[in-house]
Amino acid sequence: MICFSLVQLAPGDPLALVLPTDATQEMINATKARYGLDKPLSVQYGYWLWNVLQGDFGTSISTGRSVASEIGNAIGYSLALAGLASLIGFTVGTGLGLIAGYQVGSPVDKVASAISISGVSIPNYWLGIVLVVIFSVNLNLFPSMGAGTGSDMTLLERLRFMVLPAVTLAAAPAGIVTRSVRALVAEKLSMEFVNALRAKGLTEPQIFAHVVKNAAPTALAVIGVQMGYLMAGSILVETVFSWPGTGLLLNGAILQRDIPLLQGTILVLAMFFVSLNLLVDIIQPLLDPRIRRS
Amino acid sequence: MAWLGKSVLRPVAITVSVVAFAATLTSSALAQGTLRVAITASDIPLPNGQTDQGAEGMRFLGYQVFEALVAYDLASADKPVTLIPGLATEWSVNPDDKTKWTFTLRDGVEFHDGSAFDANAVIWNLDKLLNQDAPQFDPRQSAQGKGRIPTVVSYEAIDNKTVEITTASPDALFPFQIAWIVMSSPAQWEAVGSWDAFLNAASGTGPFTVEEYVPRERAVLVRNDNYWNPDRTPKLDKVILLPVADSSARVAALRSGQVDWIEAPPSDALDSMTGAGFNVVSNVYPHVWPWHLSMLEGSPWRDERIRKAANLAIDREGMKVLLGGLMAPAQGMVPASSDWFGEPEFKVTYDVEAARALMAEAGYSKENPVSVKAIISPSGGGQMQPILMNELIQQNLAEIGIDVEFDVRDWNALLANWRAGAKDPTTDGAHSTNSSYFSQDPFTSLMRHVDSRLEAPKGTNWGYYENAEVDELIDTIRGEFDQEKQLEAIQSLHEHYVDNALFLFVAHDVQPRVLAPNVKGFVPAQNWFQDLTSTYID
Repeated sequence: MICFSLVQLAPGDPLALVLPTDATQEMINATKARYGLDKPLSVQYGYWLWNVLQGDFGTSISTGRSVASEIGNAIGYSLALAGLASLIGFTVGTGLGLIAGYQVGSPVDKVASAISISGVSIPNYWLGIVLVVIFSVNLNLFPSMGAGTGSDMTLLERLRFMVLPAVTLAAAPAGIVTRSVRALVAEKLSMEFVNALRAKGLTEPQIFAHVVKNAAPTALAVIGVQMGYLMAGSILVETVFSWPGTGLLLNGAILQRDIPLLQGTILVLAMFFVSLNLLVDIIQPLLDPRIRRS
Repeated sequence: MAWLGKSVLRPVAITVSVVAFAATLTSSALAQGTLRVAITASDIPLPNGQTDQGAEGMRFLGYQVFEALVAYDLASADKPVTLIPGLATEWSVNPDDKTKWTFTLRDGVEFHDGSAFDANAVIWNLDKLLNQDAPQFDPRQSAQGKGRIPTVVSYEAIDNKTVEITTASPDALFPFQIAWIVMSSPAQWEAVGSWDAFLNAASGTGPFTVEEYVPRERAVLVRNDNYWNPDRTPKLDKVILLPVADSSARVAALRSGQVDWIEAPPSDALDSMTGAGFNVVSNVYPHVWPWHLSMLEGSPWRDERIRKAANLAIDREGMKVLLGGLMAPAQGMVPASSDWFGEPEFKVTYDVEAARALMAEAGYSKENPVSVKAIISPSGGGQMQPILMNELIQQNLAEIGIDVEFDVRDWNALLANWRAGAKDPTTDGAHSTNSSYFSQDPFTSLMRHVDSRLEAPKGTNWGYYENAEVDELIDTIRGEFDQEKQLEAIQSLHEHYVDNALFLFVAHDVQPRVLAPNVKGFVPAQNWFQDLTSTYID
């Protein structure tokens, strides 16, 4: 309801970009009636909610296509991008975090910390532009925008289009995961059970496995939340790279005041965020029985 | 720790190798005659006929794939664009009843699906926009097209090659209106069964056909080898349209070789792009960036001396430098090169002393300024760089004793108020609004802003300007079928605009676009629409 109200309260007329600038009042009224925009807000909310419950997200004002199909087309792209970004963020973050956690205070730790702080602090749209300048414009290694123009592209060709946006998107979660894993590993290594394992004569790889197992549930929670952010928060990165996912869809919907599309996309992304958190909550007890008991 | 380093580094090394290998693959080889265009819209215009996405939609898809009875002559960069025969070879108004227009249709024209273009197709297409009971009525196309032909009341096929269209009252500007209405194939629509299906199997009569349409990603247009006009058969094999809303992304795409043509580059990127060998192409076209002034009681702009002083105070050449040369100083509503400009007595130049003298006459000075409130937007279609430009105007006007307070609004909010008019509560005491205007024909360019019968919200006379002489001129333009006499009336109306400084005339956009060095043959017409048939990749 908050989302619905905020979208409705934003200034601007959703029909302004659909109708010709010299549209007659009769045309404006007819178009408003067609989209139900002539009814009071409370009634519009009721209709919208009722239709959503039946799986009908309405029709985009700007394109006339169904909101469900618009989101359906875009969400695959966002999922792919968020998936690759999560993979990069998780791999880099966990790797750096483990190295730094094992060697707290060393030069390696300092470098890892510097990388993680940069990843968190640098605005991702700025990082995206810098990566484009270096890797697209100057080195011509990766495409700067879009998802490719051929329907018969190979997986590798598709990957080329994903590299820069995925790396850009991965920077912040990589930083957060690094810091979390580093802290967790350093904490676990200082715990008595590690000393006990060493005393029992376990090898370093065996001890490492125990440390990872103990640190995994918390790291998973962090990664799960980050994945949710990647899905919902990729609007700037997708815009910079013209990546046809939900972020770009949202951007267009905002600029065009396409209220049904805006509401539908926000709702789906919010559901994704909640579902991911739920999934993390379900997986965590499987990895750590102590959580189940508590 | 060495084992840990190895175990972590190995997958990283593999990943880097895979990515590096992927990077060495060149993008799929493109045919020599493929032009890739980055448009500013965030979506591909609907390939249904009467496209969406505004003028850009009609520019790159509408008029490339579909055609109207009356066309624009886009073959020259040096002269204002005029109307020429399109799918109709000639048209005339009935001398005894000037509400009736007869169009003679071109022989031998086929839609892309092979079906014939004839009078029934014209009637079918008018029904698709105007007749809600027709099975092919399309609300989306109607929203785009109905407003363009507001005076049409009926239409009929006289024979297979002749159509008669009746307007509510005599309207000499009707050919300008009907030039907006493009023809989709009835046979194709019948074959596919719906407008949604038609989007994936579009069929018009234009020089390009639609090979592929992927919403929000791309449209692939290919040359129509059976095009009826051999002089305009495209030289290109393909045109790929890519929606890239972000201007920096468009520049990066051009510089990295992903596209060959970008629309609306940011002005701060032009020097480096020219230096890198790209061609910046621009030309003046029917567009004006003004302040539309309120003539309501209490508005300082009611005083002609203040209006003229403000027009003399703006350093338009300085603004042009600020915009990297991408504007033409406005001396009226239309460029001075336009046939409609006329010979106004008041010259819109930069003369601060004359401006101060006029302000003094009106009782104001830099020390005793008059205050005005101006609605502006931070961005918007056709708005150029509104914040930068308005800040310069604010400084210029302060020099002669006009204190400007800005009311910055979202582009949509500005448009909503523009429709509602200066009397609407949303105007909130403002004395002007800064909406750039499309001016493709005399109505949109000149008539609609000052016709007292079109005061907002009934029409778009936002400022409530009322002048019986102007209304009479407008009636003359609409009712005069002798083209020379009509032109004289249009020129008189424009002279009235300038001589009375009805608007703050600031700039004309020059529609900049940047082309890769190997894009040749493009002729930038002085128009919103452009012809891609002469373009080729060298």
